[in-house]
Amino acid sequence: MNKSLKKLDGERLLLGLAAPVLAVVTALVVTALVLLASGKDPFQAFSEMLDYGSKADSQVYILNKATTYYLAGLAVALGFRMNLFNIGVDGQYRMAAFFAAVVGAQLHLPGVLHVLVIVLVAMLVGAMWAGIAGALKVTRGVSEVISTIMLNAIATYLISYLLNPSRLANLDSSGNVATPLIPDSGHFFSFATKGGPLWGFLLVAVVAGVAFWWGLSRTRFGFDLRTAGGSDSAALASGVNVRRMVVTAMLISGAMAGLVGMPELLNNSYQYSLNFPAGVGFTGISVALLGRNNPIGVAVGALLWAFIERATGHLEMAGYDKEIAGVIQGVIVLAVVVAYELVRRYGLRRQQSRVGRELAAQAVQTQNQEVPA
Amino acid sequence: MPPTRTVRVLPRVHPGRMPQPLQECAITAPSARKGEPPAGAGTEPAAVELRGITKRFPGVVANHDIDITVRRGTVHALVGENGAGKSTLMKILYGMQRPDEGTITLDGERADLHTPADAIARGIGMVHQHFMLADNLTVLENVVLGAEKLHGISGRARARIMEISDAYGLGVRPDVLVEHLGVADRQRVEILKVLYRGARTLILDEPTAVLVPQEVDALFDNLRGLKSEGLTVIFISHKLDEVLSVADAITVIRRGTTVASVDPREVNSRQLAELMVGSELPSPETRESTVTDVPMLTVDGLRLSEVDPDGVDRVVLDGIGFTIHKGEVLGIAGVEGNGQAELVEAIMGMRRPDAGTVTLDGADLSHALTRARREAGIGYIPEDRHRHALLLEAPLWENRILGHVTEEPNSRRGVLNPGAARRDTERIVAEYDVRTPGIDVTASSLSGGNQQKLIVGREMSHRPRLLIAAHPTRGVDVGAQAQIWDHIREARREGLAVLLISADLDELIGLSDTLRVMYRGRLVADADPATVTPEELGSAMTGAARGHLESPAGESGTAEPAAGPGEAPASDGPASGEAATTGQDGTTGQDGTTEQAEK
Repeated sequence: MNKSLKKLDGERLLLGLAAPVLAVVTALVVTALVLLASGKDPFQAFSEMLDYGSKADSQVYILNKATTYYLAGLAVALGFRMNLFNIGVDGQYRMAAFFAAVVGAQLHLPGVLHVLVIVLVAMLVGAMWAGIAGALKVTRGVSEVISTIMLNAIATYLISYLLNPSRLANLDSSGNVATPLIPDSGHFFSFATKGGPLWGFLLVAVVAGVAFWWGLSRTRFGFDLRTAGGSDSAALASGVNVRRMVVTAMLISGAMAGLVGMPELLNNSYQYSLNFPAGVGFTGISVALLGRNNPIGVAVGALLWAFIERATGHLEMAGYDKEIAGVIQGVIVLAVVVAYELVRRYGLRRQQSRVGRELAAQAVQTQNQEVPA
Repeated sequence: MPPTRTVRVLPRVHPGRMPQPLQECAITAPSARKGEPPAGAGTEPAAVELRGITKRFPGVVANHDIDITVRRGTVHALVGENGAGKSTLMKILYGMQRPDEGTITLDGERADLHTPADAIARGIGMVHQHFMLADNLTVLENVVLGAEKLHGISGRARARIMEISDAYGLGVRPDVLVEHLGVADRQRVEILKVLYRGARTLILDEPTAVLVPQEVDALFDNLRGLKSEGLTVIFISHKLDEVLSVADAITVIRRGTTVASVDPREVNSRQLAELMVGSELPSPETRESTVTDVPMLTVDGLRLSEVDPDGVDRVVLDGIGFTIHKGEVLGIAGVEGNGQAELVEAIMGMRRPDAGTVTLDGADLSHALTRARREAGIGYIPEDRHRHALLLEAPLWENRILGHVTEEPNSRRGVLNPGAARRDTERIVAEYDVRTPGIDVTASSLSGGNQQKLIVGREMSHRPRLLIAAHPTRGVDVGAQAQIWDHIREARREGLAVLLISADLDELIGLSDTLRVMYRGRLVADADPATVTPEELGSAMTGAARGHLESPAGESGTAEPAAGPGEAPASDGPASGEAATTGQDGTTGQDGTTEQAEK
């Protein structure tokens, strides 16, 4: 019996891998067809992507980008784990990064402390912005999908109102509007590599991933959160305070979102400007989907996403249509969602039939033992 | 007292190779019997003939080698435990599922049913266990819905409905809104719906599950009416007394196959049950009393009102008060929907009552959160295990943690201990005989009975001081039922207090030390399980009797003949009737609080 159980687990692992692989393969096939239709050789394109994407500077770029995407993916995944669709990671990280940049530029503290304060401000702002949606949900029954989308829009306008030379920003020589630069003490360290600086915030992302895993699978709080995600009614009956859990999960998801802007802010730009990357929150949704809300899966998803961006950016210069990146990413997400559901149902059915078979075999055995008696 | 086995009890046979003699006596014997209703035996083809029906599902007890012959103009009962495969079989006959093997013959003609529409066209109609009626439409509209082409939607349809209703004595009023109808009336509407579509053979899936005894009798009168008009009724049930009283022929299904066909005049319910189960029957009897005079749970003056979907403020619980002592099982009888579920959820802290106190062993829990109440020692077996007691897609060992995440061995100081939880799950699986290949399979792959055994094991593992068991053996096969009863009894001997809610009156009477009846959110009657009969309980459940139910005197012993709620100015429909109920708080308080332990 033990052997069959191990088999069951191995199979689960296999099924878990099957979905993303299936999705990526589907995406490649579709992309190949699109490339063919546009009169280009898909294999040529793929090999160029692979070549360019594996260069040293590309590797550093991909890791740096993936750090950001990973944090965004975790923020979204945490909500997903309890059935909360935090579409608002986008607004949350931009608000967080903006205010962190403003506060960080005003402070003069010793290095570690300075960075810590900036990061804490970011997490706090992100949490508060997400907390609004959580509070609305438990007090007024507003769907978090709607409220976070609205909050994204509000964040956009609030930031563009405040990011103005007459308010919290300056107009620099190149005509860019930006918050004042954060002094050196507030910069995060980088690793110098031959492909350029590798952002040190990568380590924070790794720690966040481990914390995510441990918090969800090894603590009471994580169990409660997953319970609430699995079944509202069972959570209620088992003693989870579902309302409080909604608010808490939103706050944590928002705090996590607050980290999303930090690699860029503390490792690269040191200010919040009009050029500050936007839309990362939505990338986070794709990455979380791709990674199945699992910290390792999300990491793979983030790396894949960054790779596709980097590699297709190069394709554009090589004369291919720049929309290819969008096609690949779109098809992957679509295929992932379909593939996961298919694989999930298949796995469930397989397991049910296996349990049924094993029990039937046991029953026949006992029956046979009874007959002679 | 061992039953005397006078009637042939068929030997257990290996499915698949049914010996010929058995086939002989089992299947053909009843149809050769003479003297049955008008149709008469012999040449006329059977209304329904199923031969060698086999259906396989992933992981579920499949139907195999089903053979049934249903003669026209009879009530044919199909009995078997939960999960024996009755419903699947009927779904096959109704075209909802296709058999993998076997043939269906209707009136002598081979039938190939792909959809319910095929079945309806062939004159087969089904009355589902859960009614499929639109509350906000009238009876007429509900009947016509989807069958507008038959007789239009107004005058002709109404005439046809009245014609059917009169012909079979259904007494249906076409213009009443369905939401104003009681359960029994709704069921008659369902039957009428099926007849309206031209059914000659009716399948009734557990039609009595939702009815009180008096309503059951009325239903049976209706069925006899249908039969006398030449219609055929296939009646699925596991309540054997009912089957014996109404059926002309009985087919027993066990583990997915037909094991016997018997004549109801030749068997008693005990023998029938043994055919059904294939072994000696368990019984819920528990006569040696373990009741102490130490109160464990005291509920006082509980009141809960709720805004229903129509925006009307309804009182769901009113003046509820009772005490359960250590070692006592308090049973609550009542037709479903009279506030039992709300009572349980209020005690569990899942709903906030407007007033009242809940005290467990001297500690006031009235405002405690659900988790605190669980930690204080309340075990909970919910009515709907899929919704409230399981994470269906999580493995068994995680389900073992559910509801007790803060307790040993599941966690310590906020950190889970999966190893200990898994070991303890193994123990529960072994001790409570949960049939599973392992603890890593998801809860959804277990059968209902095994899920329930896991839940009972989990709740008992934390040494509860109070166990709330809502329909603990619903949808559970007889074997598991006996085990669950045993566990409750054993824990009760060790001083557990139990609040038992059940729709199964035998279970209630058999397990309880004290009985209360709930009607429209109030405890309206109490009874001694040693003397009370299911009929007396039944009449209290419909609101016809109240006070203390005295056995020999029957209803005459009731304190006051329902002067209050039922007949209160009913002109404005049920909502205002409810309000009138709550107006008379004096009587309520009395009902709720005067009695304490009868010991």
